[in-house]
Amino acid sequence: MSHADTMGSHSAGAMEKPAFSVPAKKMAMWLFIIADTATFAACLVAYGFIRNATPNWPRPFHSITNVAIMTFILVTSSLTMLFGIEAAKAGDKAKAFRWTMITAGGGALFALLHIREWLGLIDEGMTLFKNPWGTGLFGSMFFSITGLHLLHVTGGVIALIAVGIRYQGGRYGADDLEITGLYWHFVDLVWMFVVPLVYLMNLGH
Amino acid sequence: MTTTAGQQSSVGKYVVIYVCILAIAGLQFVVAYSNIDSSQMLVRMLVLAIIEAALAILFFMHLWMESRGLLWFVVIFTVFVLLAMQYGWTDSFRLTNGVPWAR
Repeated sequence: MSHADTMGSHSAGAMEKPAFSVPAKKMAMWLFIIADTATFAACLVAYGFIRNATPNWPRPFHSITNVAIMTFILVTSSLTMLFGIEAAKAGDKAKAFRWTMITAGGGALFALLHIREWLGLIDEGMTLFKNPWGTGLFGSMFFSITGLHLLHVTGGVIALIAVGIRYQGGRYGADDLEITGLYWHFVDLVWMFVVPLVYLMNLGH
Repeated sequence: MTTTAGQQSSVGKYVVIYVCILAIAGLQFVVAYSNIDSSQMLVRMLVLAIIEAALAILFFMHLWMESRGLLWFVVIFTVFVLLAMQYGWTDSFRLTNGVPWAR
C-alpha cells in the first residue's frame, strides 16, 4: 500500500488546494465582506421597517451638494486604489505607495466632510433621540447607519496607511495591497446604498 | 511591453467603470428630484444602486476575473441572506395599517 493510499482522502491538511483557487488571505477578506454586507443590510432593512411604519417621517435634507461631493470623493478613491494596485503588480513601489496614500487622503477628506455634516445637523437640534422635524427615530437611524459607515471609512484609512507603509518597507506585497483594496471598494459599495436610502429618500422638496 | 499594454488596458477599463458608476450616481440624484411617489422612487433608487454595486463588485473587486466557483459562492450566499432579511416587511405593514394613528 502506497503512502498516498494510507493518507486517504480525509487527510488533506496542508496539502489541500485553496478554496476556489483563491489565496487564504483573500478568501478571509471575502468572507468578512459577506458578513459585513449582512450587518449593513440588517441596519438598512431595520431603517426601512421603521420608516415604513412611522407616520411623519422627517425629510430634513434640502441640499445634495455635500453628499454629492462625498460620493464623488469616495468613488474616486476607489479608482486611485486600483491605480495603486496596478502599480504594485507592475513592481513600481513608489507609485503604488503614492496612490495608496492618495486613496487614504480621499478617505480622510470624506470622513472630515461627514463629521462637518454631522455637526451641522447636531447644531440644528438633531440628537439620537429627538429632532425638530418629526419622529425622534430619525436621528437614531441616521447616526447609527452613517456612523457605522464612518467607522468603516476610518478603519479603512488606518488600514491603508499601515499596509501602505509596510508595503513600501518590503514587509507586505502587492497581494496585501490588493486585499486592503477589496475592503476599501466594499466601503464605497455600501455608500452606494446609504446615499439613496438615507439621504435622497429624505430630501425635502 | 505586453505587461505595460495589459496594465494600460486595465486602467482604461477602470476609468470607464468609474465614469459609469458616477453617471449612475448622478441619475440617482435626478430621480431624487423627480415628482414621483416614495415607492416608485425607492424601486428606481434600488435598481440603480444594484447596478452600481454590481459594477464595483465585478470589476473594481475583480470578482469577474476570479474563479466562477467564488463568484457563485459570494452571489448565492449574499443574495440568500439579503432575501431572508425581507421576512419582516409584512409586520412593518401591519404596524402601518394596524395601529390606531394610521386610520
